[in-house]
Amino acid sequence: MRKFGTKLTSLGIALGLGFAVAPVDSAEAWEPKKPVEFVVMAGKGGGADKAVRFIQNIIVKNKLASKPFTPVNKPGGSGAEALVHVKNASDPDHTLMFTLNSFYTTPLLQPGLGIDIKTFTPVGRMAEDTFLLWVSKKSGIKTVDQFVKAAKAAGNKWIMAGTGKNSEDNILTDFLNKAYGLNMKYVPYKGGGRVAKELAGENANSTVNNPSEQLGFYQAGKTVALGAFTHERLPLFKEAPTFKELGKDFTYYMQRTVVGAPGMSEGAAAYYQGLFTKVFNSKEWQDYMKKKSLQGKFLTGKPLMSYWIEQKAIQKGILQKMGVIK
Amino acid sequence: MDVLPLLINGFIIAFEPLNLMLIVLGCAVGLFIGAMPGLGSVNGVAILLPMTFLVPPTGAIIFLGAIYYGAMYGGAISSIMLGIPGASTAVATTFDGRPMALQGHADKALIAAATASFVGGSVGVILFTLFAPPLAEVALTFGAPEIFSLMLMAFATFVGLGGDDIPKTLFSIFIGLVFGAVGLDIISGEPRLIFGGIPGFFHGINFLVLAIGIYGIAEMLWTIEVSQGKVMISQATVSYQRTMAALRELLTTWKTMLMGSFLGYFVGILPAAGATPGALMAYGVAKTMAKDPETYGKGNINGIVAPETANNAASTGAMLPMLTLGIPGSPTTAILLGGMVIWGLEPGPRVFTDHPDFVWGFIASLYAANLFALLINVAFIPAFIWVLRLPFTILAPIIFILCIVGGFVPTMDMHDVWLMLVFGTGGYMMRKLDYPMAPAVLAIVLGPLAEPALRQSLLISGGSFGIFFTRPFASVIMSLALFLILLPVMKIIYDRIKKPAAVK
Repeated sequence: MRKFGTKLTSLGIALGLGFAVAPVDSAEAWEPKKPVEFVVMAGKGGGADKAVRFIQNIIVKNKLASKPFTPVNKPGGSGAEALVHVKNASDPDHTLMFTLNSFYTTPLLQPGLGIDIKTFTPVGRMAEDTFLLWVSKKSGIKTVDQFVKAAKAAGNKWIMAGTGKNSEDNILTDFLNKAYGLNMKYVPYKGGGRVAKELAGENANSTVNNPSEQLGFYQAGKTVALGAFTHERLPLFKEAPTFKELGKDFTYYMQRTVVGAPGMSEGAAAYYQGLFTKVFNSKEWQDYMKKKSLQGKFLTGKPLMSYWIEQKAIQKGILQKMGVIK
Repeated sequence: MDVLPLLINGFIIAFEPLNLMLIVLGCAVGLFIGAMPGLGSVNGVAILLPMTFLVPPTGAIIFLGAIYYGAMYGGAISSIMLGIPGASTAVATTFDGRPMALQGHADKALIAAATASFVGGSVGVILFTLFAPPLAEVALTFGAPEIFSLMLMAFATFVGLGGDDIPKTLFSIFIGLVFGAVGLDIISGEPRLIFGGIPGFFHGINFLVLAIGIYGIAEMLWTIEVSQGKVMISQATVSYQRTMAALRELLTTWKTMLMGSFLGYFVGILPAAGATPGALMAYGVAKTMAKDPETYGKGNINGIVAPETANNAASTGAMLPMLTLGIPGSPTTAILLGGMVIWGLEPGPRVFTDHPDFVWGFIASLYAANLFALLINVAFIPAFIWVLRLPFTILAPIIFILCIVGGFVPTMDMHDVWLMLVFGTGGYMMRKLDYPMAPAVLAIVLGPLAEPALRQSLLISGGSFGIFFTRPFASVIMSLALFLILLPVMKIIYDRIKKPAAVK
């Protein structure tokens, strides 16, 4: 009992120093009793997987938790496998999931799964990833105008590489096709890293990669960023205007959010919310966000839930416009 | 580029006491992780990643690299001793390794595997040292049409894999392709063949589940039936004379070794391929080129040498796109890549100029890891041989447990264990009916790589197959593949013309 109290105090101090979010005065402070299963909605080595392993390492390095966090990859069916697994978790207090936008789109596209994201426990939004329009340097294209001209001339010979049908990349490609009257051909590949490589190897004409995927080729002078699907220009790619500046009101982000299993106890939810606040505020995560050009503040609890509901409505609208759902 | 001074500097870093200790430790740990069925280098590297904070980044990647290397050696051990592939990369090693062990040549098989691993790893590392940047450029231009041509070439070597019964071989290939098609299709965005939405099928059928089912469970059922519970494994021994004889026999396989090393390395550097297809392709090519293809699968030493040189060369090759392009060539390098990011090193086209100490220290450590893995492996061979002396009544339950663990670990899903038992029973039936199993395993590995590549190519070309003949690399590989496919057909026609009496 005494040990319990000391941990409680140190948790209180830590939270007091950081952003106080979790209710510290609750008498029954919860701690994990066994290793925590940290489900990833994507395969090993992808962007989400790297982020989870990075978070796992931050927790270990800074000794933030008494029990280990074990990443478990469930990439099947665009996250359907992960969603069903977490929904039916036998021990919701020890089951977390790291989510992408497939958290919204997969239940919309596969209603048969019976997933209602409102039943999941909001733990913490760690970041919002951004998207840019990329072409290879050898193409000589430097602006969105030149891109539109070249893509128009090429018609359906213009290859846009992306990550799977109805994925974020597909949504952005659809937007560009509609907004500029283009007829680009969308060719899906497995994973954003592979997509980035196809552009650098000139097997595709353009991509809409996340900055982290294209950064290496960009720094090596192989690819160029033309425009950003964000509200403001990105600090790392100052030369790329936002599509908003160019007169097209379209912004798109990808959430990187930690979600708890449905039916997680309040004590456990408060514990994880506090823990991920600390992870978010750690120097390592802040550096990572800067380096990978990630945006967004930390969100948790009710504000995170309303963010989900708002995002789901936006995604639904986009998918309806694409004509893939009613 | 002046490689030598950079490499010498790298050796100085790799031979610092701490780093040297990490290499030895990593090789030993990797060897055992690789030897445990289901636990491959991916799991080993992923589990030990958080521990690398205790040492500086260069030491950390040296440690993980040594584990990776050790696991490549270790995978062969359970393939040979127990007939269960220890890791996905060692599946092809069971084809001939297991029969050799059953004939009492386990020591020869193990020595062949260790030596071949060493040769493959060395050739890989030397190629890496000399030609890293230009090869990275080649890997970069390799798109979907090239990958499909390469896969077709691998398929072409299949037909020769199943012995002479071509209809049964084709059946085996097609059933493997169907299993490989299960799961989400990235191009249409729809799940396929998930049997009305069973969640376990969403991630597709992990090919280790099929391989362990067929080679572990089915093989054991077969052994039990044939031996009627009596010990039937020939007693294996190790001695100086036998070792020397084995090494002399290995000298005759130098052609296979060279082929396996170069092919494996080349397949390894292609993003998305990795060591498993490399090893399988090397086996197929070795058999196609052999003068005595009928002895493959029955304990031909070349059948061990080809995949083992290839998987070690490929594992080195897979480091190349990881370091220079920031794209992993295999799942294990994907985790290594994640590790590098955590340590604050950004892999990519500039890593050679930005972090020379790190890159060259790492490359030098691969030379050292290769040597230590060989020494540790050879030192343990008597201990492995001892396992085979256990009575089959003890060994069989151990194999069975290892199979179950191996089926469960990669995905942590009971669904896969049941599936593996189904494959085991099915495989046993097919074995009784004399169907070749190796083509099914090859198809489930290569099918999911070949199919999207074909569809991507045709999407790019607007449906025209001309795309495979207008691109320089693709056209060369495609022509070779077509030649290999037509070769057996031409042989049959030739035989019929020459001696019509011999064919019924």
